[in-house]
Amino acid sequence: MDEALVGSMLASTLRVSTPLIFCALAGLFSERSGVVDIGLEGKMLLAAFAAGAVGASSGSTWLALLAAIGVAVSMSWVHGLACVSHKGDQVVSGVAINIIAVGLTAVLGAAWFHQGGQTPPVGPEVRISALMPGLAQAARVLPVLGTVLGDGLLGHNALVYLALALVPLVWWVVFRTRFGLRLRAVGENPQMVDAAGVSVMRLRYTALTLNGVLCGLAGSYLVLAQSAMFSPNMTAGRGFMALAALIFGRWHPVKALWACLLFGFLDAAAIRLQGVHLPGIGEVPVQAIQALPYVLTVVLLAGFIGKSVAPKSLGVPYSKER
Amino acid sequence: MNTLPRWADLVLLPAVSLLVALLAAGGVVALVGQDPLEVIQVLVHGAFGTARGISYTLYYATTFVFTGLAVAVAFHGGLFNIGGEGQAVMGGLGTGLVALWWSAFLPAWLMLPIMMVSGALFGLAWAAVPGYLQAYRGSHVVITTIMFNFIASTVLVYVLVNHLRPKGSMSVESAPFAASAKMPGVHEALGAIGIDWPSSPLNLSVMLALLAALAVYFFLWRTRAGYRLRAVGSSPSAAEYAGVRAHRQVLVAMSISGALAGLVGMNEVAGVSGKLMLEFVSGAGFTGIAVALMGRNHPLGIVLASLLFGALFQGGAEVAFEVQGFSRDMVVMLQGFIVLFSGAMTYVIAPILARLLGWVSKPFASKTTSGAAHG
Repeated sequence: MDEALVGSMLASTLRVSTPLIFCALAGLFSERSGVVDIGLEGKMLLAAFAAGAVGASSGSTWLALLAAIGVAVSMSWVHGLACVSHKGDQVVSGVAINIIAVGLTAVLGAAWFHQGGQTPPVGPEVRISALMPGLAQAARVLPVLGTVLGDGLLGHNALVYLALALVPLVWWVVFRTRFGLRLRAVGENPQMVDAAGVSVMRLRYTALTLNGVLCGLAGSYLVLAQSAMFSPNMTAGRGFMALAALIFGRWHPVKALWACLLFGFLDAAAIRLQGVHLPGIGEVPVQAIQALPYVLTVVLLAGFIGKSVAPKSLGVPYSKER
Repeated sequence: MNTLPRWADLVLLPAVSLLVALLAAGGVVALVGQDPLEVIQVLVHGAFGTARGISYTLYYATTFVFTGLAVAVAFHGGLFNIGGEGQAVMGGLGTGLVALWWSAFLPAWLMLPIMMVSGALFGLAWAAVPGYLQAYRGSHVVITTIMFNFIASTVLVYVLVNHLRPKGSMSVESAPFAASAKMPGVHEALGAIGIDWPSSPLNLSVMLALLAALAVYFFLWRTRAGYRLRAVGSSPSAAEYAGVRAHRQVLVAMSISGALAGLVGMNEVAGVSGKLMLEFVSGAGFTGIAVALMGRNHPLGIVLASLLFGALFQGGAEVAFEVQGFSRDMVVMLQGFIVLFSGAMTYVIAPILARLLGWVSKPFASKTTSGAAHG
């Protein structure tokens, strides 16, 4: 393998993984607090639309980010109203958010921008471009590791590094702070948390709010950093893949990161391996590689390669009466 | 909290939930600068105004009956089968494969039942695996069925692109089936007995859907097996105590559910396209969730809810033609609102409704109690 290939594979793996990482961390907060989040996909899509619509019409990156986060957080609160304040089914609520997102973004997009559901491309000044192009350019001339560093690692935009930096931060919050301890406790045994005098509802709403912020970042990334405009259903299952990565990473931020990177790598490899004959294996069908993240997750969940154990009270609505 | 009387729970609550969803969608319609009343008018006329419109409505409804029943049967077994989409995809694949192999030399009376059984079996198998994993390996059926949806669509793409696509063809679809694999259209059937009916995708699968609804009703409420399944659904531990093997019922519920979803292939593949292609399910599996929620998981309710959704899809297509700037995705959005308000938010709406009802019926209640004291 030559270094140019390594460099570009590394680059595309990181690019594809970034929204997965944001979404997986979003799911981590929600699910660690005991609230199932099937709606990652929908929230990311709504956030992407908000980022595209506001970014294109206002010309401000910050407003676009704010709108994306605002929309995603409010959807998280709708989820909370149905399933935390009341005892609604968390899976049904998530499914509803996903369907609403697909329909609503297409309807509003078509009505407001008259481009078949797409938003106009956001201007170059709104786009989030490479964070340190100078450094990447300088690294490219280095021998041996030049392209790997320059193209693969240093040439990315701020959101990519933010996603990577959030992983240790989330780990620290979840495993080393009082809030994190309570968060994990409320996902395992809410009665105990309640008996200790801590509000289950407030914890779960806090988790859902963080979840919304992260989904908002994931959606913004798709529009502001990756493709410059919103197009209908552009998330294309990434939210579910992030959910799979979260489960594959056993609800742990660092393990989930590895899962996201693995799934991102598979995605990048699938495009590259199209029609390529591998020695000894022959042509690997692209679809097999595309299905691999889901197959792996099913196999892991079934306990054939280790065991993935969900938070104990995941999906169980909490009622104070008992 | 939820102390609604039975009639209100069965009729009023779904109606109010539907109304709230319609209001929310109406709000969006108004937000994008259109007249909700005009949209509804065009929609209703498009869905029911002409024989052709009614046919399309019934055609869409047919698919939704299958996917709605699939969700409902799993629900009665205490499971949320979110994988109707993937099971329908596999069902269509099963329906199409046997047609591609044998339709050239088998007569229709033999071919069509084989296609039906094959579709049901493919759907069954695709649901039984998540069922087995839930029952015996402890992995949650919701997550596995989501994963299986994605795997099913990649399997379909793979089979179509690499094996079924005729050589030299650019479009991703199989060769057409022979005539014996075509489910007769309703206009053909009616034409045979001398009734003139406009041509439409509506085919005899609509009868199959009604039969399936009846069969599900009899199975769930009139057989021992159905009783066992519902027992596990309402309380696995109690059922286990009564000698029902709960694990096995999970497998049974998922299998029946998958088989029902697999029958979608009869309507879409055997009835309409006459060949295998991509996107013949296109979200019907998820519509099934909305249908089952609206229909309160009862076959009769599901048939009615399917009609509603069939009308929405057909009427929505009509509105997209007639009204400038209206996109058919409005119907998808409304479907989402219906899932939200009649599924996830019932516990938000029911107490409010109960309070309103109590407030309305209070004078009656106090009268009857005083009357009882006298008697």
